[in-house]
Amino acid sequence: MEQIRNIWQYGIKVGIIGGIVLILTALIGMIEVFTQRQIIADVISMGHSLYLAAGLFICYTAAKRAVPSKPLSVISCSIFAGLTSSFLLVLLIILGRYLNLRIMFINASDLLLNNLLTFGIQGDWGLILLLTAGIATGLITGLFYLLPDIFRTVVLWSLAGLAFAGVLQELIRPIFANNFPDIVSEWLLTSDGLTVKGASLIFFFIALLISSWSVKGERIRKIWLDLPKKQKSTLNITGAIILLTVVLIAPWRLGLFMSEVMTIVGLYVLLGLGLNIVVGYAGLLDLGYVAFFAIGAYVTALITSPEIMSLTWNLWSAIPFALFFGILAGVLLGVPVLKMRGDYLAIATMGFGEIIRLLVLSDALRPYLGGSQGIGHIAKPQVLGFVFKGPQEIYYLIVAGCLLVIFVSWRLKDSRIGRAWKAMREDEDVAQAMGINLVTNKLLAFGTGAGFAALSGVIFGSKIGSIYPHSFNIMVSINIVCLIIFGGIGSIPGVIVGAAALIGLPELLREFAEYRFLVYGVALVVMMLIRPEGLWPEEAHKRELHEGKTNEATG
Amino acid sequence: MPTKFQRWKESITATDIVMWLIGFALLIFIIMGSILTLRAGRYTPVQWFDFVIYGLAQGSIYALVAMGYTLVYGVLRMINFAHSEVFMSGPFTAYFVAAYFSRSSLLESHPVICLIVVFIVSMSVSTLIAFLLERIAYRPLRNAPRLIPLITAIGASFTLMYLFRGLYGTGFQAYPVWEIFSGKLPIFEGFAIGKIQIFVIFAAALVMVTLYLFIQRTRIGKAVRSVSEDKEAASLMGVDIDKTISITFIIGGAAAGAAGVLYALVFKQVFFMMGFIPGIKAFTAAVLGGIGNIPGAMLGGLLLGLLESIGPALFLDGFDIAAPYQLKDAIAFLVLVLVLIFRPTGLLGERLAVKKA
Repeated sequence: MEQIRNIWQYGIKVGIIGGIVLILTALIGMIEVFTQRQIIADVISMGHSLYLAAGLFICYTAAKRAVPSKPLSVISCSIFAGLTSSFLLVLLIILGRYLNLRIMFINASDLLLNNLLTFGIQGDWGLILLLTAGIATGLITGLFYLLPDIFRTVVLWSLAGLAFAGVLQELIRPIFANNFPDIVSEWLLTSDGLTVKGASLIFFFIALLISSWSVKGERIRKIWLDLPKKQKSTLNITGAIILLTVVLIAPWRLGLFMSEVMTIVGLYVLLGLGLNIVVGYAGLLDLGYVAFFAIGAYVTALITSPEIMSLTWNLWSAIPFALFFGILAGVLLGVPVLKMRGDYLAIATMGFGEIIRLLVLSDALRPYLGGSQGIGHIAKPQVLGFVFKGPQEIYYLIVAGCLLVIFVSWRLKDSRIGRAWKAMREDEDVAQAMGINLVTNKLLAFGTGAGFAALSGVIFGSKIGSIYPHSFNIMVSINIVCLIIFGGIGSIPGVIVGAAALIGLPELLREFAEYRFLVYGVALVVMMLIRPEGLWPEEAHKRELHEGKTNEATG
Repeated sequence: MPTKFQRWKESITATDIVMWLIGFALLIFIIMGSILTLRAGRYTPVQWFDFVIYGLAQGSIYALVAMGYTLVYGVLRMINFAHSEVFMSGPFTAYFVAAYFSRSSLLESHPVICLIVVFIVSMSVSTLIAFLLERIAYRPLRNAPRLIPLITAIGASFTLMYLFRGLYGTGFQAYPVWEIFSGKLPIFEGFAIGKIQIFVIFAAALVMVTLYLFIQRTRIGKAVRSVSEDKEAASLMGVDIDKTISITFIIGGAAAGAAGVLYALVFKQVFFMMGFIPGIKAFTAAVLGGIGNIPGAMLGGLLLGLLESIGPALFLDGFDIAAPYQLKDAIAFLVLVLVLIFRPTGLLGERLAVKKA
């Protein structure tokens, strides 16, 4: 009896929390806006997928907490959760009939409440359908939860892959359109959404891949681990060459829009790698990093643009100046904050970043820096008459910059300086006792990071052509810190993955830009809660984080 | 036997000298600017008086928000970045209540009751948000390395900001005007104080004194203070840590909710990003007064408000800088950076900042 009461309570609790989350998702207009994009053409839209996925997730969470050995308990728990959350939605819809919710919640449209949430059926039948859907979702999830592990994994991954393909169809479309005969892309994709045939193909393809990996995966890993060292490195190098070739030919195969996205991601990779040295290697949380980016861009603008100083040198001559001033600023701003740690350092550097932006923006310095009007006509880079104009050409400049910075960070990582930074990151006092000069090493970290930022500033300035103080606000710094931590602090591939996930994905989903920062914020919080080491963590750091948990819990 | 002076001389590093030079240069700049401005006589005494009153009103709002930062820093040793969104959520929600009163002309017939209701709504929403924030985002990370709660706080700040943007829209909403607060109260030939400023200063003082007494005099307040002193010892003495931390967030949230309505009454508009700048300023105020110290937050808030309103005119105008008021935020940030550099413990700060930060 006790057991059954608990199931009731638990299912309803999860259902209420889930229902509130669903209501918020609906009220901020996410479901309505997302219905504009079809996942599978004429079958299901992104909005409804989100809606259903949220429902499934709620029931799944409820099922997970029930007693696994008792099938009935699992199913009833998940049904309770589904029913409760759909009941809350029904209440919302009924409330919407008597009150004009739009006065307060601008997205609570009639279409949303009386059509989308009830799967297109209007009136009281819609409400009944919604409740039934809640029960059905609970039932299906409960049954699904009871299936064997392997089956669950396969279905979940395949569904996730399908959703991913549907969401990223803008990315997939040019790949197929540019590289395969029309018939292939027509078979797979319509002008909006995947075709039913295409969707099932993707689903079964991923299912096949996952199931075969779960059967053979262990063996393949073992073979790889047992390979002799020489063969391993040959394979590694071959892999790197293939990857590089793909990176190099990508812009011409993917079209203009994708190249633009890739240049933006590349720019953030460049910035991220620079900050990774400061934050990841040396453990100095710098939230004013954008200042050095701005310095690079402004130095370039002053030197190459005719607008302020009427110097019109070419872009290459601006690079040494930008680097010099960037590093100088990094060291100069580093001196006052030498003694600060942790949060205080973050706030002080953030203050510096904002001061620089406000100074540039002010009318007081307008004659020298252009004020809010910015500076235009920045030179484009050229080599022997070849001008890097569009995103497809600038892309190569950025790739070259990234390769250089990757090389430098990779070599620095285990060098003498790199190890000193690492010691400093772990414990400043101990590092100092071991004979590491904190002042030099900290300034070296600030300087190196600032130099990379200035380099990205040069590329950014010449890519955009004209710069404004608004491009250099605190959000850029925060974005970069977040992508580093999202990808895995201190890890070079982590920065690339982080930039692709936090900068690239939102760029691809431009039409939903409204929700960009919301999703961004939720992703950060969820990431920190469930996987604080990041997507592609550095080995040592991952170990520390997990050790740290047990240590700090006792101490 | 080296004398004290010799030992001191040996302990000086190049960095120290650079820092002194920076500090000295700034001091000269400030003094020069002030002298030049005062000699030029560009502002009348009435204008200076207005600056001071505006500064005090603005500063008491900062002080209220700074309480939230300082309390949370005291118990958790973290900067609650999302506190600026706690500040925004209250008045933004209360706007819809106020707008309803304004439409139904209740505002004209019962202005005081309406004001109280708006305050209650705002404070409860902010409190709720602060409570949920701690419960969902911060509690599971209590023992995580320092960087992680900071990133979570940034993420939570984005989430709340854009959640409210999605719910209530992107536009600026004009707050209804309370007739009782318009106009000025003359006190002395030519000198007058805006009624709204008087109200803001008194209301903020009332809330602050209440909260201060609550923390100093009640059992719960004692628990909060003991947790910020030493968590383990407090828990050994039978203080429920989780509950106390929740209460700390609730107190901070209530203060932020009240501050939010005052802010909305002064600036007469609300929108989803309204919390960002006041949030950073309030944090500056908390640092200025000495983070973790409640009277410090009040003092820091008032000082920062004054510096911000007098500063541009006093320090910069003398140099004939174009539009010095645009640099008001830069002055606030400069104060923040200078305090962090030269006196990280703040004006009234204790030993907290140096070792634990």
